[in-house]
Amino acid sequence: MSVGWWTVVLVGAATIAIKGAGPLLLGGKPLPPRLGRVIGLLAPALLAALVAISTFGGERALVLDERALGVAAAGLALGFKAPPLAVVIVAATVTALARALL
Amino acid sequence: MDEPGGSLSFAHGARKVAPFSIAVLGFGISFGVLARPTMGPIAPIVMSATTFAGSAQFAAASILGAGGTLAAAVVAAVLLNARYAPIGLSVAPSLTGPWWSRFLRAQLVVDETWALSADGRGGHDPRIIVGGGLVLYTAWVGGTAVGVLFGDLIGDPARLGLDAAFPALFLALLMPNLYRPHAKTAALLGAGIALALTPLAPAGVPIIAASVACLVGWRRA
Repeated sequence: MSVGWWTVVLVGAATIAIKGAGPLLLGGKPLPPRLGRVIGLLAPALLAALVAISTFGGERALVLDERALGVAAAGLALGFKAPPLAVVIVAATVTALARALL
Repeated sequence: MDEPGGSLSFAHGARKVAPFSIAVLGFGISFGVLARPTMGPIAPIVMSATTFAGSAQFAAASILGAGGTLAAAVVAAVLLNARYAPIGLSVAPSLTGPWWSRFLRAQLVVDETWALSADGRGGHDPRIIVGGGLVLYTAWVGGTAVGVLFGDLIGDPARLGLDAAFPALFLALLMPNLYRPHAKTAALLGAGIALALTPLAPAGVPIIAASVACLVGWRRA
């Protein structure tokens, strides 16, 4: 089995277990407040890391290229409350134009 | 509340998420296009049908695409989906019925259905979780299939700027997550850790290391 398929199986099984655990066990009890705060901050921490790496990440190096322009345009579009699909299209279009023109 | 008891229809939930389904369809297409070169044609569609969690799937595909290891891709995706543990606990009281039904309906909980189903009093409307979830599931899996087929025709995704679609997508997912206490600190710290480690560690490891930034929530809000 290829690495891609192993990823599908392992991520799928883990996600199904994580999503189903609470409703299956029907604890319904809230998390201890401190643990709840820490887990709640996992999303912003990881998503910001993903934004940074997929914008500036190269092969074992940081690179500044046309992606940064596209992501800056995406940030601007988000500031104007553009819907997510439009934000993604703006980023791709600006990056593609910059590659073609610069 | 809206209609009394009898007319609880899942169509109500489906209508409520409809404006989001176009964006989810677009994300699905992007995922299909971006995942296909490293994962082949079938695996991305199976992943969308079984994992049904956008950011984790993009993370896993981008780590593999950057030459990262299986372990790095899986751990990063699982860490991204760890938020579904507390989310699952928060919807648990609203999902009644037999265990298998609760377990299956829990799979339809994603960020959008979770947010839209909240009634403001701590409860969640199961009609929106199920009706809305099924609409978004169809859009996500269908979009992935379209992206996989379309991806075959477009050649180098970088030419179309699709490599910038990843960070833009994560940015769009990040924004609504920035408003809880300490979230901006956690985001800046996470991004800083990830960038600092990128030249030093294999692909995927910087993202996993960035998760320690969530410990800023350990202090009182």
